[in-house]
Amino acid sequence: MIVLALALTVAVLYAAGTYLLFQRNLSRIVIGLALLTHGANLLLLLAGGRAGRPPIVGAEGGPAADPVPQALALTAIVITFGSTAFLLALAYRSWLLTRSDEVEDDVEDVRIATMTALREREAEEEIVVDEEAS
Amino acid sequence: MIAVLAVHAVVALACAALGRRLGRHVLLVGALAPASSLVWLATGPSPTEKISWLPAVGLDLELRLDGFGTLMVALVGGIGVLVFLYAWHYFGERPRLVLFTSYLVGFAGAMFGVVVADNLLVLYLFWELTSIASYLLIGFEDEEGVARSAALQALLVTTLGGLAMLAGLVMLAQSAGTYSLSGLLGGPPTGPTVAPALVLVLLGAFTKSAQFPFHFWLPGAMTAPTPVSAYLHSATMVKAGIYLVARLAPAFAGLHEWWRPLVCGVGVVTMIWSGWRATFQTDLKLILAQGTVSQLGFIMALVGLGLPEATFAGVAMILAHAVFKAALFMVAGIVDHEAGTRDIRRLGDLGRSMPVAAAVAVVAAASMVGLPPLLGFVTKETALASLLSEAGWPATIAVAAGSILTTAYALRFLAGGFTRYATDDREIVVDEAHSPAAGFVAGPVLLAIVTIVAGVFPRLVDGLVAGAAGALGSEGHHLALWHGFNVPLLLSAAAIAGGWLLWRYPPRAVQEAAARLPRAKMVYASAIVALNRIADRVTSIVQNGSLPIYLGVIVATAVIGPGVILTRAFRLPESLIIAENSIQAVTALLVCVAAIGTANVKRRLGAVLFLSAVGYGVAVLFVIQGAPDLALTQMLIETLTLGLFVLVLHHLPTHFENIGWRLRQASRLILSILTGVTAGAFALWAAASRQAAPLSGEYLTRSQPEGGGANVVNVILTDFRAYDTLGEITVLTVVALGAAALILTGRGRSEVPHNDEELVGQKGGDDR
Repeated sequence: MIVLALALTVAVLYAAGTYLLFQRNLSRIVIGLALLTHGANLLLLLAGGRAGRPPIVGAEGGPAADPVPQALALTAIVITFGSTAFLLALAYRSWLLTRSDEVEDDVEDVRIATMTALREREAEEEIVVDEEAS
Repeated sequence: MIAVLAVHAVVALACAALGRRLGRHVLLVGALAPASSLVWLATGPSPTEKISWLPAVGLDLELRLDGFGTLMVALVGGIGVLVFLYAWHYFGERPRLVLFTSYLVGFAGAMFGVVVADNLLVLYLFWELTSIASYLLIGFEDEEGVARSAALQALLVTTLGGLAMLAGLVMLAQSAGTYSLSGLLGGPPTGPTVAPALVLVLLGAFTKSAQFPFHFWLPGAMTAPTPVSAYLHSATMVKAGIYLVARLAPAFAGLHEWWRPLVCGVGVVTMIWSGWRATFQTDLKLILAQGTVSQLGFIMALVGLGLPEATFAGVAMILAHAVFKAALFMVAGIVDHEAGTRDIRRLGDLGRSMPVAAAVAVVAAASMVGLPPLLGFVTKETALASLLSEAGWPATIAVAAGSILTTAYALRFLAGGFTRYATDDREIVVDEAHSPAAGFVAGPVLLAIVTIVAGVFPRLVDGLVAGAAGALGSEGHHLALWHGFNVPLLLSAAAIAGGWLLWRYPPRAVQEAAARLPRAKMVYASAIVALNRIADRVTSIVQNGSLPIYLGVIVATAVIGPGVILTRAFRLPESLIIAENSIQAVTALLVCVAAIGTANVKRRLGAVLFLSAVGYGVAVLFVIQGAPDLALTQMLIETLTLGLFVLVLHHLPTHFENIGWRLRQASRLILSILTGVTAGAFALWAAASRQAAPLSGEYLTRSQPEGGGANVVNVILTDFRAYDTLGEITVLTVVALGAAALILTGRGRSEVPHNDEELVGQKGGDDR
């Protein structure tokens, strides 16, 4: 037994979240991450089965909803808040330092790519052991 | 045996930990380790020991001492003690001697392990430990680039072979059904994988024993301090490959017709090529190094035959070579130490200033050449006779030709080091040197005495050698000084005469032509350069520094991998409803619209507001699902998040920069939609595939009596899974500290720290 509306919502949240995650603006990435976790939390609940009464002992009204995915999702919500707060602090700092919240390509990696030729020359000098040179 | 290994480990650690205040005397403490193996050998130990570790995968510490092992232990221990005593004089007070001692003791222990290991994996372990010790010792002068690259070269070559050997050993063990070395040799496996496995193992043996075309690392390794050259790179470690071939050959040489041509061919080529190169070196140590490679080739050819007489001769050669070559290396080190150079173009008449060392050199070199009545003569005659009777004329002639070269480079060593004889354009600078201290020459003198005494009375070492050969299936052969006038004697005499001619009238044109031949070292160098080049290219592609690309790869993998499986296994749940009720349907629709809006809007604040709409909508969905706690948390968190976003975003520009529609955006969109489809399909599929009963029933019944609470979700978080919650709180604490540091750093200063672009106040000021 499954609810199509929720599955559809999960799909849209994942798509929108992933799309924002691919962007270059740090603030969009943070927002994308938040959307993605909403989708993940819904997915957890959905996998737990159908809606039910709140999982409280003694509560009235039909079978109880599964408490385990709820507990997992609750942890996830709080952790997401933590990472959102941290990423926002990063975005703020990035703005403070560079007046931009763009995620640039890693400077060091770009350097590796462009300095290949130089490294090759160094390697050649380092490797050849000419102990017999006379 | 385990006790001996433990002694080595303890001594190595003790030297490293406590040796600093002893200065160079720490080397004497180090000598205790190889001495312990000699003492242990003298007590007539039990031949096998075993500690079971992982019997299921055949990984047990199985040690076994047989006759061959006894000979090798005697060499490792005996020459080890002498080398430590020698090194004690060789080194002045210098830093890091403690470390040197530890490495050398560690090597002695590892080498002991190699020759007593009776489990293939244990053998491999000790084998590689010797490679690592060799690496550390070659590169001991680590401030010199040459030493570092020589060490790396030796390590790469030997461990590359070692890895091949590991694969071969595992394949052999799988065919044989046992990881025990004696078990493997007792019943040699047959099957399609045995031949490739043996080739892989031989690759390990050839690299370790510096056989052509992997020979080049050994001359390079001569940058190590001379005690290391004498111990590792002539007497013991480079014999490991020979040791292994000698073990395997009696069992396998007869089963594979390619074995003898391959192993003996490699040995003979190594003997001749490196012997030839030794005849025109100008560094005393390099003459010896090339000569060592040459002799290793000789011994490899002998033991590779796997026939009784040749095996006996090969084992005898191992002993003889270790003794005379260690002595020669020690003398070369003494010359270097006392005269300040090893270059034979600069050295002069050192025979007068260090007569004892010169006498040792003459005895050891004569033994190498094969002059009677020395140990080298005894073993070489035996070797030639065995080749003649078991391998035929071509191999005998080839080895005799190699012996011509041996004579030539032995003469070059002696004449260049100790006389004024002019072989090259000499410019003798160093004619006199300090006379070495008595203790310094004691080791080489002892080895020279052994060479002479064992030559005159071969009976003294016959037990050791015959025992070793007996362990390899070669019974009934004995060493003798005099076999009468026979063909081997004639060949020896011819080789000596030829060698003298070659030394006296060196064919310079041929030498120069040979020097121009392509060399294995160049192949190695270009392989390393090519490897680095490929690594650079791969790195610049794989690690390109772009976050969107990294994420794209991860997401695409998640879509393609599980997504493809989903399309194959997907089936719709049996009971599919559109929504629980109309409120759920409307809320879900609103959440979807808000999510799309979040992704689409260009104003920062707009995106945040849409995000909040999604969040509150999800909270409503939680309520409908029957999760009031979740909904409550979601509401609170969403409000907090909104506040945080607004606080940060009022610093940032109102609109996102650079989000125009481009081709790249299109591919991002497509991948995102695919992700969404996969997630949705997964949700449907997961719900349809439930097989086990949910845990909830148990939690519901246990919540009140065990957790003391009616709200099951709360009980799970604070009781059943309380450690998770503790971890979560820790994460939040760390996040809070990190965020505070990011925001507060630089506050209250007149100028915030910024990067070299000096962008502060130039570009973004107006956007606020």
